[in-house]
Amino acid sequence: MKETPLSNCERRFLLRAIEEKKRLDGRQTYDYRNIRISFGTDYGCCIVELGKTRVLGQVSCELVSPKLNRATEGILFFNLELSQMAAPAFEPGRQSDLLVKLNRLLERCLRNSKCIDTESLCVVAGEKVWQIRVDLHLLNHDGNIIDAASIAAIVALCHFRRPDVSVQGDEVTLYTPEERDPVPLSIHHMPICVSFAFFQQGTYLLVDPNEREERVMDGLLVIAMNKHREICTIQSSGGIMLLKDQVLRCSKIAGVKVAEITELILKALENDQKVRKEGGKFGFAESIANQRITAFKMEKAPIDTSDVEEKAEEIIAEAEPPSEVVSTPVLWTPGTAQIGEGVENSWGDLEESEKEDDEGGGDEAIILDSIKMDTGVEVSDIGSQDAPIILSDSEEEEMIILEPDKNPKKIRTQTTSAKQEKAPSKKPVKRRKKKRAAN
Amino acid sequence: MEEEMHTDAKIRAEIGTGCSPRGPGCSLRHFACEQNLLSRPDGSASFLQGDTSVLAGVYGPAEVKVSKEIFNKATLEVILRPKIGLPGVAEKSRERLIRNTCEAVVLGTLHPRTSITVVLQVVSDAGSLLACCLNAACMALVDAGVPMRALFCGVTCALDSDGTLVLDPTSKQEKEARAVLTFALDSVERKLLMSSTKGLYSDSELQQCLAAAQAASQHVFRFYRESLQRRYSKS
Repeated sequence: MKETPLSNCERRFLLRAIEEKKRLDGRQTYDYRNIRISFGTDYGCCIVELGKTRVLGQVSCELVSPKLNRATEGILFFNLELSQMAAPAFEPGRQSDLLVKLNRLLERCLRNSKCIDTESLCVVAGEKVWQIRVDLHLLNHDGNIIDAASIAAIVALCHFRRPDVSVQGDEVTLYTPEERDPVPLSIHHMPICVSFAFFQQGTYLLVDPNEREERVMDGLLVIAMNKHREICTIQSSGGIMLLKDQVLRCSKIAGVKVAEITELILKALENDQKVRKEGGKFGFAESIANQRITAFKMEKAPIDTSDVEEKAEEIIAEAEPPSEVVSTPVLWTPGTAQIGEGVENSWGDLEESEKEDDEGGGDEAIILDSIKMDTGVEVSDIGSQDAPIILSDSEEEEMIILEPDKNPKKIRTQTTSAKQEKAPSKKPVKRRKKKRAAN
Repeated sequence: MEEEMHTDAKIRAEIGTGCSPRGPGCSLRHFACEQNLLSRPDGSASFLQGDTSVLAGVYGPAEVKVSKEIFNKATLEVILRPKIGLPGVAEKSRERLIRNTCEAVVLGTLHPRTSITVVLQVVSDAGSLLACCLNAACMALVDAGVPMRALFCGVTCALDSDGTLVLDPTSKQEKEARAVLTFALDSVERKLLMSSTKGLYSDSELQQCLAAAQAASQHVFRFYRESLQRRYSKS
């Protein structure tokens, strides 16, 4: 679906409000929306909600051969998908620009910053390494996808546990989660992206723009930082010209925000860890708030299936027995077989069909028509017999063209050559050929 | 009396046994559903069956591309996205099954030359995925206000090697089962809308599974009704 254009009055309204330091949802200039992190039952699965923007993240691992030029390092693979439910404009093939930009930014933020220790993912140097795959799905687009996605990615990576592996000489043993507890990934630091939207050629700045604000912004500055105040990635898009002190100010703000967000993430991870250890209930079912009127839960429901057998027997007894189907296979040529007769030929009377053919094609058309009708006729004869019938597949070019209402007397061959010899054909057919030649 | 049956069923479910077609003891896992949780789609629902969770979003009736428009009814499209990796043939086949079910119930003739898109995202898969997708799709269509002639639900049964019937199987039960059958049933007369089966079973077992699924669907439809009653209780 095409994106609904933003009306001029809405655009002006938003810009005027920003000039007066007001935001439509009542936030201050540097305020983030509420961040909510929930975990699933599998390790490495999380849903992050940044206001109404929702991202699902899942980490999975696989043992693969390493890249040739990095034989002792594991492989990281990031994939952010803009699901079609996130916005009506996200159709496959329509969002490629935005998708590429987001994916690239995410890769730079997580891979190039070396936040994950890839050396620890090596199992057998040069042969087997872990490939860690992070799949992010945007479920609802309400602005600032990159922040939500980076939080989801880092939370999922911190939450993930990979199976334990032990190497003894040449033997590599992979333990299932039941045999040995899975092992967390080794993560050095947590880079988190913070977005700044600029309006009126850099005069006004907003942190964490929502969808409407993103539509009217002039440019976007994304700074990825960790809690040690190290900048991992910085990107400015939209063509706005920023002054040095503006960028420095933004990085200071980013430092503060990242510290808050990192604390939130660590608390969420710790809570989940505690619940799992104590054996309590965890997973998405628990994160559905009970008090919401739109949410409803039902406990395990027993089903009485005691009369199932009787019902089934009744139905089978009342039903008609299945019709007897006799299938006699017919082998036309090696590799082409036919079972059954198919429905009646609904192409109508083919001899009268007004096909526009040139001379060469004219003959072919006639022959083809006859062959098709032959099929219909021959099968009915064959159907009454029991043994499979093998038709001659000799290479002779002799063809007999038959009338549709007569029984086949001779077996005809499949001609694949373009040049067809004029077989001794019956007179009516010849006449037809002449007619077409005249045409 | 009901409470006793409840706890009994819980204990039996905990042990992980199925039930013989003769005795009661099959149970559906814990259900949860949340509607209208996404702000952009016209309708959305998250359906949880035990640990299996599917999120559905519906857009429609909306603009349709000229190449896909049907002159006298709505074009229904279903998109299913797996959690890990790119969508493959299994997703395509499930999309088709869900689309056929939806087309049978949605009153497309009320909105000709429009499109109704159902997008499903697998949030976690712990068995009975197709049934959970069908349930989520139905709840999302209801939330979007798409006119339908009936509600529909999905129920999965698994038959293990000695013919024991298990309703709403977990992934472990599905893997060890001899046959896994999923049925989509409508709410008016509990008739069969769609069936997708995998494995070996006799025709009497098929009828037994279908009868069991029909009994289970009553619970699912009661769940739908109660959740909607709750939702519209304050208006």
